[in-house]
This record gives sequence, structure tokens and C-alpha cells, in this order.
Amino acid sequence: MNLDYALIWAGLIAFAVIAYVCLDGFDLGVGILFPFAQNETQRDEMMNSVAPVWDGNETWLVLGGGGLFAVFPLAYSIIMPAMYAPFFIMLLALVFRGVSFEFRWKSHRRKYLWDWAFAGGSIVATFAQGMALGTLVQGIQVTGRAYSGGWWDWLSPFSLLTGCALLIGYILLGSTWLIYKAEGAVQAMAYRFARIAAVLMLVMIGIVSLWTPLLHEHFMVKWFAWPAMLFVAPVPVLVLLCAALLFKGLKNQQELTPFIATQGLFVLSYIGLGISFYPYIVPSSVTIWAAAGPDNSLKFLLVGAVFLIPIILSYTIYSYWVFRGKVGKTSAYHS
Amino acid sequence: MEWFDAHNLARLQFAFTVSFHIIFPSFSIGLASFLAVLNGLHLYTGKTVYLTLFNYWKKIFAIAFGMGVVSGIVMSYEFGTNWSVFADKVGPVIGPLMGYEVMSAFFLEAGFLGVMLFGRERVGPKLHFFATLMVAAGTAMSAFWILSVNSWMQTPAGFGYNDVGQFIVKDWLEVIFNPSLPYRLVHMVLAAYLTTAFVVGSVGAYHLLKQRLNPNPDAQGKLSAEAVRTMFSMAMWMAAIVAPLQMMAGDAHGLNTLKYQPRKIAAIEGHYETVSRAPLILFGIPDTKEQKMNYVVEIPVLGSLILTHTLDGTIQGMKEWPIAEQPPMGIVFFAFRGMVGIGMLMLCLGLWSLWLRYKGKLYDAPLMHRAALYMGPSGFVAVLCGWVVTEVGRQPYTVYNLLTTAQSASPIDAAAVAGSLLAFIVVYFTLFGAGVFYILRLMSHPPSPIQSELSRDTPLRAAGFVPPAFHDEQMGKQP
Repeated sequence: MNLDYALIWAGLIAFAVIAYVCLDGFDLGVGILFPFAQNETQRDEMMNSVAPVWDGNETWLVLGGGGLFAVFPLAYSIIMPAMYAPFFIMLLALVFRGVSFEFRWKSHRRKYLWDWAFAGGSIVATFAQGMALGTLVQGIQVTGRAYSGGWWDWLSPFSLLTGCALLIGYILLGSTWLIYKAEGAVQAMAYRFARIAAVLMLVMIGIVSLWTPLLHEHFMVKWFAWPAMLFVAPVPVLVLLCAALLFKGLKNQQELTPFIATQGLFVLSYIGLGISFYPYIVPSSVTIWAAAGPDNSLKFLLVGAVFLIPIILSYTIYSYWVFRGKVGKTSAYHS
Repeated sequence: MEWFDAHNLARLQFAFTVSFHIIFPSFSIGLASFLAVLNGLHLYTGKTVYLTLFNYWKKIFAIAFGMGVVSGIVMSYEFGTNWSVFADKVGPVIGPLMGYEVMSAFFLEAGFLGVMLFGRERVGPKLHFFATLMVAAGTAMSAFWILSVNSWMQTPAGFGYNDVGQFIVKDWLEVIFNPSLPYRLVHMVLAAYLTTAFVVGSVGAYHLLKQRLNPNPDAQGKLSAEAVRTMFSMAMWMAAIVAPLQMMAGDAHGLNTLKYQPRKIAAIEGHYETVSRAPLILFGIPDTKEQKMNYVVEIPVLGSLILTHTLDGTIQGMKEWPIAEQPPMGIVFFAFRGMVGIGMLMLCLGLWSLWLRYKGKLYDAPLMHRAALYMGPSGFVAVLCGWVVTEVGRQPYTVYNLLTTAQSASPIDAAAVAGSLLAFIVVYFTLFGAGVFYILRLMSHPPSPIQSELSRDTPLRAAGFVPPAFHDEQMGKQP
């Protein structure tokens, strides 16, 4: 049997990245909302809602990066130097934020410092991720087998826009997660933020969707040429459907629907990006097949992935199930 | 200042970030196993002392593990940002191994960590024990895969090349189980266990010494004292058993290195000249320019005896290779002596503990407790020295004899690398300094049995990392 291993792996890496965005997105979002909590009790409740799961969520980022290295070494070796600054900033921000989960409970007098580290780390990491995405979408200069662009290429109006867009997106994910997990004042605050973020998110999806085709002719052909348009049309239609669900859920004070609808928006936007990218992994310079490592490397890792990813998913679901329900106000113990 | 080009700055940065990183896994690999043993013993015997100890070390594990995770994520991206040519060429070989590490180890650890830290009351003692086992298994599997990667870079096997100059795999089993993996794996896992044993022993010794000041404890104090004695005893058993095993493992690893990386051995031994009946050089100052050792203190013939297990075995000297292919001898030479010196001290402390145990005085030996207290960080120093030996000894190559370090670097400006290096130094020292401070503060409190009893009754809501009783005790001063 002759499988297209490169294509299968492109799908798997794409899955790891969207899993990361959907999962770590909401705990980063909780971090972004952290400064808006009124008091210590509320902050405790917010942090406790993600404390048992954030570590697993962030592991998808390692799988995305590590997977790219393993099966698309050429893409990895081009993208990483091109994104040196945003990735470096993101990593440091994630370090700040990761340690605050622990340090915050251990600190007596300087707890506020770790509150800020958690919030600041979440905000900066998110913005850097958004900028990295924008940089990739607008294209990377490649010569031979290496990055040949400049040091500041990652800084552009478009990447600043995608940075803001992701910030808003994660706020929406975080606030709808809190609607689901929190009660009382925190939940009320989450509803307020979710309503604003939902509107802004749709605006951002609109702007980015219209701007992206203007960046490359390749993207334009994908979305606005007949009959290709017919195949991609379901994406915007479904986006509108999810948006309607989201607004209805927020209006009727439903607890789970807004979170699910937001995840839907993220997945659809991501699918839209995937359609734009295909068949390139580095837009308009390196295709999936050119970047892929030799078939036997891909095959070797695929055997493990087919076996291990379902297991990973099942114990991830198990872990979420163990910590199901409202997070509660255990914070009383800490104040 | 010429030395500080982009490539050497990238080397400095990698050395700095990986050195910081390895401290945490070498502790958490051992500690995860220790926690699994404690949890299992509690399940099996029903004795509360094991649960008390489990809850005590669990909090310390949480901090160390967290710092290991975040400093590890940095590593997985650094290959690409600073070593992109290396990543492109070697990716098809070592990339899948790291992919297996992520899928079989990182997810396992992260997936069960939440249950292990917060979930005991939610899932019951048996599933909780299972979760602890999974975390321990994850750390061990992670060690296996990453050491397989490192070993392949030291002793590459089972590979070929493709037409764009990438390494490709001919035989996966040869790649994974390359010639130095078994030795390196055993040596490193034992090192992690020793490191943990000396940390646990040090904390135990500290509280044994403190409890001498209070000869008539209340019921609480008695329970706490029992926990302290238990952890000290367990740690000293580990030291006494593992330290000699580690010496044997190290010797076998050395012989393997002699076979595959003779230059590294020449640097370790400090030999420039090829000699038979080689002496063991205890001390000397290497002079790279003149290619000779100055101020040598040596024991005749012992060098040949150790490395070749015969009296007149020949050891190749560094002069056999051109200077451009030599690893920097001084660093390797001294780091090796640091590692072995600490190993000897560890062995001595292990034997001392056996003697005291035989005499029935293990818990009544302040001098030995003081020694154990000061040796708390010794494992970390030994691990760092060991890694310096093996990594610097591989220079000037990333893949031994096949790809030079200079060829591996990214096309990045020196300024960018220097800037990020500076930021890493500032951030790591600040954050991990704070982490170590919090760990030390946790260690300064004795294990308290109440804390584990009460935390059982707490509602199962994810309660943060600090069980309520402990926190109340902390906060009692500022209600």
C-alpha cells in the first residue's frame, strides 16, 4: 500500500496545532482576564479552574514543534529562525506564566508579583503566537534550504493585527470557559467579557479573512475563483452558524453552549487557514512534500502516532472528567 | 572578543539553557519514582507515615516538575531557532525519536500530573497510585528517548545520507539502541536516583538535627519525627546501594567511550602522548598550544589498569589528532574530576550510613547528619559535571566525526543570539531562583502528619497546591 505519508503527517501536525490552540487557548484566556478579577478569592477560583489541566494543554505545543522537527525538518529549520523573536518572546512568557501556577500558592507576601507574572505571561505569549501566525501567513523569504529574510520581518501591520485577533480570540475562549466552570461574580464577569469579545472576534475574523487573500495571488485563487469557491463556501456559512449559536447562548445565559460555539469558530477559522495554505507548509515557497523528511522517518513515527494519540486523547478526556463540574470556592482556604 | 561570534554565542546559550534544564529532570525522575514507592507502600501497608511523606514531597515535586517543563519547552524550540542547519540535516533521524518522547512521555506525565497532585480524593487511592505510577513511567520514558537522541549524536549508527545532504535512517533499531545508549541510560538514571536520594537524605538530616534541640516532642512531633526517620533511612539505603552501582556503571560507560570516542577519553585522562602503562593523572594544567600537561600529579600504571583492565594497555593521546579536531581538554579534564570526586564522597556517605545502621545509631549521629545535610546539592553538581564531560568532550562536533558544531548553527546575527542569551540568563536566574527559594522553604518545614490527614477531608475541588492545613499554619500569623 502506498500512502501519502507527508499529507497524513501534515494533517496530524495541523491537528496538534489546533488542539493546542483550542486547549491552551482557554487557559491563556483565563490568564489574560486575570487582572480584571475583583479580589483574591476570584483569582483563586479562576486559576483553580485551569490548574489541573494547563500542563497537558501546553504539551500539544511541544507536539506541534517537535512533530514539525520530526517529519518536516526543512520547514522547521526555515520557520524557527524566521520567527526567532516572536517565538523567543513567547517561550519566555510561557516560562513566566507556567511557574506562577506553582509559585503563586507558595508566596506569602509577594503573591501579587506572581499574579502579574501569570497575567503578563499569558498576554505576551498570546500576542506573540498571533504575530507568529501572521508572519507565517504573509510568507517567509527562503533561499535554497534556509531562511533569508531580515530580523524584523515578523513585525508588520498584518502580524500586529493577527496578534490582536488572537488576543481577542483567547479572551473569548477563556471567558466562555469561565462561564462553564465558575459561579457567581466570576461567571458574571465572564459573561460581560464574552459578549464584547464575541462581537470583536467576528469583526477580526472578517478583517483577517478579507486581508489574507490580498497577501498572495495563491490565496486569492483559492477563495474567489469559480468553481473552487463552491467547495470553500461551507466554511464562512458555518462560521455564521457558530456565531449565531454563540450569541444565542450568551443571551439565554447558557453555560456550555458559548464555549462549544467558540471552539467551533476557532476550528473553522483554522480550517480556512488550512485551505489557504494547502499545498504549502511555508506559504508560497515550500510545499508539504518538499519539506517532508524521508518516508521511512514518517512511517516510523506514524506507527507510534496511530497507536499513542488515541491513548493520549482518552486519558486527556479522563483527566477533564475527573475535574468536571464547577471549580467551587476552595479559595476560602487560601485567603 | 573575536570568540563571541553568533555560533559560539549559540553554544553558550544552549549550554546555559540545557544546564539549567537538566537540574530539574535529574531531580524529578528520581522523585517521581520515590513518590510512586511511597504511594505504593501506603497502599500496601496502610501506614500513614508513607502518606505523610508522599504529601510532603508531592508539593516539592510539583515545583521542580513545573520548572522542568517550562525550561524543556524552550529546548524543543531552540534546536530550530539557533541550530537550524543541524535541525534540517539531522531531523529525519532524531526528530522521530523526540516525537516518540513527546507522545509516550510528556503527555503521560502531564495527563496524570493533575490527578496525582489534586485528584486523590476524587479517584480513590488505587487510581491515584496508578496516576503516580504513570507520572513516574513518563519521566523514565522521557529519559530513554532523549538519551537515545543524545547517544546517537555521540555514537551515530544505522544511518545513511540522501541527495540533499540529510541524514536518513537505514535501521531504526540501530539508531535507537546505538552503541552508547545502554551505558548512558543506566548511568543517567542512576545519577537521577542518587541525586534525589541525597536531596531527600539532606532534608531528613536537617530535621533530625533540628529535632535534637527538642528532646521531648508532643504526639504531633513524634509522628513527624517518625516520618523524618523514615525518609532519612530510605535515602541512605539508596545512597549505600546506588553509589557503588553507579561506580560500576560509570566504569563500563568509560570503556564504551574509549572504544567509540577515544578523543574524549584522552581529554578526560589528560594524555597528550600515546603511551602504554599509562599513569592515572590526578591533577594537571593542560596547555593546548604546547600540547602538554603541566604540574602533573600522577599514579603510575593505574590509568591503563582502569581503562584497559591490563597493566600495559595503550591509551591514545590527544596529539594523535590535529588541534582543530580536539575537544577543549581543560574543561573536560576538570569536570570529570569533579564528577568522580563527588561520586567518591557519595560512596563514603553510603558506607558510613551502613556502618551506623549496623551499630543501631543511624538516627543518633549528628556528625554524619551534618555531612548528609551539606551533601544535599552534590548530585546536581555531579550531574552537571558529567554532562559537561560528555558534551564538551564531543566537540568540535554535534554529530561525532560527521557534522561540526560550526556547520550546525542558524543563519542568525550575533546580536540576536546575544540578546536572547542575556534575557535567558536574567529570567532563568530570577524565576528559578524564586523556585529554589520556595522549594527550600517547603523543605525547612518538617513533614506534618496533620496536614495529610486533613487534606483527605478537604472537598475535592482542585485546591491549588497547598493543602489547607498547611496553609492555615502558614497564614496563622496573619489571619
